[in-house]
Amino acid sequence: MPVNETLSQYSDWSFTTATAIYLLALVFFLIEQSFGVKGRRAAERSATRVRELVGAGGPSTASEPVEPPPAAPSREAGRAERIGRMGVALTVLGLLLHVCALVLRGLAVDRWPWGNMYEYIMAVTLIAVASWLFVLRKFPVRHLSGFMLLPVVILMFVNGTLLYTVAAPVQPALQSYWLVIHVSAAIIASGVFMVPGVASICYLFRSAHERDPRKFAKFAPKLPAADVLDRVAYRATVLAFPLFTFGVLCGAVWAESAWGRFWGWDPKETTAFVAWVVYAAYLHSRATAGWRGTRAALINIIGFAVMVFNLFFVNLVTTGFHSYAGLG
Amino acid sequence: MTSTKTPPKPAYRDSTPRRVVAFGRNTWRGLTSMRTALMLLFLLALAAMPGALLPQRSLNAPKTADYIAAHGWWGTLLDRLQFFDVYSSIWFSAIYLLLMVSLVGCLTPRTRDYVRSMRAKPVLTPRNLSRMPHFLQAPRTASVDEVIEAARARLKGWRIAEREEDGGARTISAERGYLRETGNLLFHFGMLGLIVAFALGKMYSYEGQVIVQANGSEFCNGGIYAYDSFNPGLRVDGTELEPFCVKVNDFSAQYTPENQPVAYLAPIEYQSGADLQNNVWKPYLLEVNSPLRTAGDRVYLLGNGYSPTFTVTYPNGEERTQTIQWATTDPATHLAEGATKFDPPGVTDAVERRTKQLAITGLLAPTPLVQGGVLTSVAPQLDNPMVAVDVLRGDLGLDAGRSQSIFSVDQSMVDDGRLKRVARQNLAVDESITLDDGTKIRFDGVGKWVSLQVSHDPTQVYVLGFAIAMFVGLGASLLIKRRRMWIRVSPADSGEGGTVVQVGGLARTDQAGYGEEFNRIADELISGEKRKK
Ligand code: HEM
Repeated sequence: MPVNETLSQYSDWSFTTATAIYLLALVFFLIEQSFGVKGRRAAERSATRVRELVGAGGPSTASEPVEPPPAAPSREAGRAERIGRMGVALTVLGLLLHVCALVLRGLAVDRWPWGNMYEYIMAVTLIAVASWLFVLRKFPVRHLSGFMLLPVVILMFVNGTLLYTVAAPVQPALQSYWLVIHVSAAIIASGVFMVPGVASICYLFRSAHERDPRKFAKFAPKLPAADVLDRVAYRATVLAFPLFTFGVLCGAVWAESAWGRFWGWDPKETTAFVAWVVYAAYLHSRATAGWRGTRAALINIIGFAVMVFNLFFVNLVTTGFHSYAGLG
Repeated sequence: MTSTKTPPKPAYRDSTPRRVVAFGRNTWRGLTSMRTALMLLFLLALAAMPGALLPQRSLNAPKTADYIAAHGWWGTLLDRLQFFDVYSSIWFSAIYLLLMVSLVGCLTPRTRDYVRSMRAKPVLTPRNLSRMPHFLQAPRTASVDEVIEAARARLKGWRIAEREEDGGARTISAERGYLRETGNLLFHFGMLGLIVAFALGKMYSYEGQVIVQANGSEFCNGGIYAYDSFNPGLRVDGTELEPFCVKVNDFSAQYTPENQPVAYLAPIEYQSGADLQNNVWKPYLLEVNSPLRTAGDRVYLLGNGYSPTFTVTYPNGEERTQTIQWATTDPATHLAEGATKFDPPGVTDAVERRTKQLAITGLLAPTPLVQGGVLTSVAPQLDNPMVAVDVLRGDLGLDAGRSQSIFSVDQSMVDDGRLKRVARQNLAVDESITLDDGTKIRFDGVGKWVSLQVSHDPTQVYVLGFAIAMFVGLGASLLIKRRRMWIRVSPADSGEGGTVVQVGGLARTDQAGYGEEFNRIADELISGEKRKK
């Protein structure tokens, strides 16, 4: 299986360009966000919208207006709106290049392109951006995109510089169709988990502000209402958690045929277990009086922190069966 | 949790048994509350964490010992507190046992409720439907019965109950999403089963490692003695291993031009069951990711390495040849290190023998590079291999009763001067060293060894079954939505025929998103027509 250097080169270029475009989109979103009036208006709009979504507003849903009566848009607000839309367009463009980068990498090495940490993070960030774009279609949270793109850009920058690994075939232990199943599930779950992670962090700011309007007075009013954030976090987690469970399950099945046992408390297995338990606790906390809201958001953030820890610390610092980072 | 409410009790009723019962009941309630389950989940996560951060004895005993030694009293303290055996520690077991109790305590009443609710009919249509979170109303010209007929057809798949009300009105109450609770119970029972099966597996499983020369040598699962190392479960004593034999015919590794391994292949033959009596060997290609499964056990290809062959020709003309595995010290280049030990032939006197034992120790380079007389290896494949050896003569200490590594000599014998170096040389294949007493040592070539692992776990298939049940249950309990829908069709007040249709809806879980769905269904119920989405 020789490596196709040309394709690998194109993949690198696509990846770098995608990162740069996300960065540009990030700037656009920050500009949109910084238009104070606009930001507040967006927050108000989402508050109305969520009343409709929750259906708790009144007896009849059908008769309730979905959009607030359009206030005469100031010129500034119109410009902010345009900039925000351009940000989304740029994000879509970045995503296309991101997909190219991953596909080209796969073609270059003639295998599924998630055999080392560099490729893994490339795929996770791709899923994160894709799920964010999906969330944007369902929830009015566009002006949050900057917060979502920030970790994505940082991750991709670190990935392209510190973690870069030349295209190469993978070692025998990874040559299995389980690589596709297990790692894809882990990638998708991790990427989707990023959405509730970011939403929950925003939730903490926003709910602190709602309790005491003096707190984060400059910044929090521009965030969507706490219940929108809570809902985004919950919906994304409910999707990601079964996927993650599936990934862990497939990991165990694969470990049985690759390493001689289905579960052996290897550092990566242990940390996945911990993350799983934390997310299970998150789901339970939303059904427990006194734990909804802030505490649930905190638990979700802890869950995501454990996922990140699993990716970086366990890959780079500890040694175990999962030491496939390719950073020898 | 037990201190919550102890109402003031009249003294004469405060008998000890009562208090014990009350205490027990309160403890049970506390333990099975959702809040406690939540705390226990956190504790479990927290308690599992040290296992990822500290070396664990069960995974890597030497590293654990090093760690303890390097951390003085702190290491010893952690060891006492079982931080190097987290998953068999008292505290970890205690947490998960409590969680199990909590789980059982919370599943019992829920199962009861579940059975009851599965038999129950959907709740009565509320008198005032417009109070429901979702509500639509419209007049129709069709008759009450026609509308109800169409609604019944539309609500296929929902559990429905029809009722007649005064004044000629008819209603249907419908409910959907019962599988959510089924899924939830399946998930939790699956988890319970998984934990039990996992714990049983720890008792009845074993794992053994053995190195076999890849030259047609055999290994038989006859008992613990056949293994180089053996980790039995608590209830395994090694006397009743399932018999089977494996013969390793060859081994080959394939590398990229950059010396990255891409494939390990070991063609083997095996026999189990009746084949053992009939001496029938079946072929199998053992690879990473594809273990041999036979006799309820699994055989894995774990590692590989090289075994140099040396022939010692003694002054009296007697020859001894040995091929012993050397340990790979650098996985990238397969540079290996080891010790091949010889007893002098025909010497019966123990004292004399102990002056004439030989050990050939040193390095083996599969693809050698010699720089300034120092031998290194530059690639893992065999390409004119070389060894750099020290020949030691004297007392190997084999009679001392201490066990010693097959990969090295007993250094204390060297330090005591009882084992002396008598030669040092680099050898290519077929080259030899002649010692001062005329003994000749020839390097004949290099063979290959593989390390195999045999694993036995009778419960793992149950663990898998429970895990799949958990997964299916989880999917159902998270993704299925419970919805209620009511329709009331009343004759129009005007008395000119025609009806008024009211539809109300309630989402019992996951309210968001029910709005649109409700509107669509309600619209169809009212109009009696199927709408395209
Ligand atoms: C490792 C332990 C556990 C895990 C991983 C776990 C996982 C889950 C998950 C994923 C759900 C679905 C949550 C949802 O519907 O939003 C759930 C629901 C539930 N679990 Fe557990 N569970 C565990 C232990 C327990 C225990 C010990 C109890 C009881 C004391 C319990 C009681 C419940 C209840 C009552 C629900 C329904 C919550 C709702 O209405 O949404 N669970 N569990």
